[in-house]
Amino acid sequence: MTDTLLFKNIDEPGLNTIDVYMAHGGYTQLPVALKMEREDLITELSGSGLRGRGGAGFPMGKKASFIPKGDMQKYVVCNADESEPGTFKDRELIQKNPHQLIEGLLIAAFAVDATINYIYIRGEYDQQADILDAAIAEARERGIIGENIFDSGFSVQLELARGAGAYICGEETGLLDSLEGKRGNPRLKPPFPANEGLFNGPTLINNVETLSAIPSIIKLGAEGYAAIGVKDSAGTKLVSISGNVERPGNYEVALGTSSRELIYGLAGGPVDGRKIKCWFPGGSSTPVLTADDLDVGYDYDSIEAAGSMLGSGAIIVVDETQSVVELAYKLAKFYSHESCGKCTPCREGTRWTFHMVERIKEGTATPMDLDIMAAVQEQIIGHCLCVLGDAMAMPIGSLIAKFRDEFEAEIEANRNERERKLAEEFAAAEVEIEGISA
Amino acid sequence: MAEVRRFTHDSRIPGWDRAADLDKEPAVVPDAATTEVPPELRAAIEDGMRRFPVGDSAFIPALYAVQEHYGWCPPEGIEQAAAVLGRTPAALSAVATFYDMFEMEQLGRKSVYVCTNISCSLCGADELLAALEGELGEDPDVNVRGFECLGACDIAPMASVNGVYVGPIGLGEVPELARQIRQGDDPLPERQLLRRPSADPKVAEK
Repeated sequence: MTDTLLFKNIDEPGLNTIDVYMAHGGYTQLPVALKMEREDLITELSGSGLRGRGGAGFPMGKKASFIPKGDMQKYVVCNADESEPGTFKDRELIQKNPHQLIEGLLIAAFAVDATINYIYIRGEYDQQADILDAAIAEARERGIIGENIFDSGFSVQLELARGAGAYICGEETGLLDSLEGKRGNPRLKPPFPANEGLFNGPTLINNVETLSAIPSIIKLGAEGYAAIGVKDSAGTKLVSISGNVERPGNYEVALGTSSRELIYGLAGGPVDGRKIKCWFPGGSSTPVLTADDLDVGYDYDSIEAAGSMLGSGAIIVVDETQSVVELAYKLAKFYSHESCGKCTPCREGTRWTFHMVERIKEGTATPMDLDIMAAVQEQIIGHCLCVLGDAMAMPIGSLIAKFRDEFEAEIEANRNERERKLAEEFAAAEVEIEGISA
Repeated sequence: MAEVRRFTHDSRIPGWDRAADLDKEPAVVPDAATTEVPPELRAAIEDGMRRFPVGDSAFIPALYAVQEHYGWCPPEGIEQAAAVLGRTPAALSAVATFYDMFEMEQLGRKSVYVCTNISCSLCGADELLAALEGELGEDPDVNVRGFECLGACDIAPMASVNGVYVGPIGLGEVPELARQIRQGDDPLPERQLLRRPSADPKVAEK
């Protein structure tokens, strides 16, 4: 088992203050990075094999290399709008070790020569935002953020922006619109944010966990970091495990660890020895896997080969006592509420999927509805500006594909129940229609 | 004014079914010289404007300031913010209606968000929400509502009481929690997220 990188000293009291952070070797990698050539720094980040931890898994160094050179104003934006259901790793990082994030962000800012930077945190994380605000103020006071930091000639600004409760603002272009003070509607891509992002300037957008990993990369060197984990999935990953497990929480593991080890070894498995019905490997937006897939290695490529995605690294475990219809209902309700409404397939697709699952619960659905529902999911995938619609379509599609018999049984049971109730009401009303008596 | 039903199903935007008053002049940018803005509200909005190179970016901080001042986003508050920002009130309310945390109708000032998303509902969030609504639903000072994933699935089922994350909350603790919310006390101090150590055994080893 590898040592912890992101979670190093995480429970140290006061680690969120600059003094304790520096006593544990904080802000020692930033001056090292500032002495490097920008090209070399980006090569180092690419060489580490660090992939974006927000959900898409795009190589971080490659993304940084897309930022054009030149005199225009460039920006680094940290995406701390952690809203993917089941994910809570960034929250713990911000709350307990905000300076690690600031250090990583400043290194990234130097690498792409961005002098104005933002951290966009979701509005619900009020306590965490206050902690981060205090940490930024401390760093500013010590001259770590400001003019000519560490005598490198590099001047940098960092501001915290709070969201106000919208899942879609975690999508990078939706986030940029929100930062510009608009409704958080995703933009048409291309142009990608690397060319035309915040205030039309080149913008590097990275997740909290990605940026927090950067100080460790500078410390270990690209090869040292790449040696952790497996091929094409380098480094350690925070895995948020929740749902029907004994010990929910964030666990830092080397990528490639077996999923069984994560769910049973670390999180203790379902309570009372129940069996696992299904699990989401990367937040609620990823297709579900079943108990048969537990031996899959937890890394980007293995999970993809199993038919799902690593996503944000949030495992939600569902035990055998739970109803898949209820699960689909919660999913559809969430995504139809959060759809921004810009693209029709997503806006209408999520809404009608929700109404169809509602019908199953009410007992008015027919088995044919499942085929219609599955067809609606296919109509959503790939037909919108962003992947919010896909994020509902993929898990619901996989639930229908893998648990069709349960859906059918529930449709039947609910319909019978409804008819029984109607018959009872009819009898109780003592209605007499000519020729028919109740 | 007549109520117009435009759709057979409802929308989550408050006031969506209210007809527009066609006799009213379209709203323009309020005159900054004649619109009276409470000084602390003006200061808060201007502080937001200083953080961005473009003034419009301060819309969300400005709406937070309005909500902080009035307890919700009333039309006069939006008008005042619009005067400071130099934009129309419509531009601001268009943004305000998009985000879940801005209240467009007057509700209780104490907000209790109960997470009802997947992980929490697997652990009994619907029952928790029903219990809290039963205890506090009648209280005009309290705004209890189910909310989307609050990013605290490790303490499921949980609630955010005025921004303070508390969980896991057992149904037996609901009366105690409700009392604390009503009296403005610290909600279930020993259950607050900020006091929770990391779950990772490798962290505890050291």
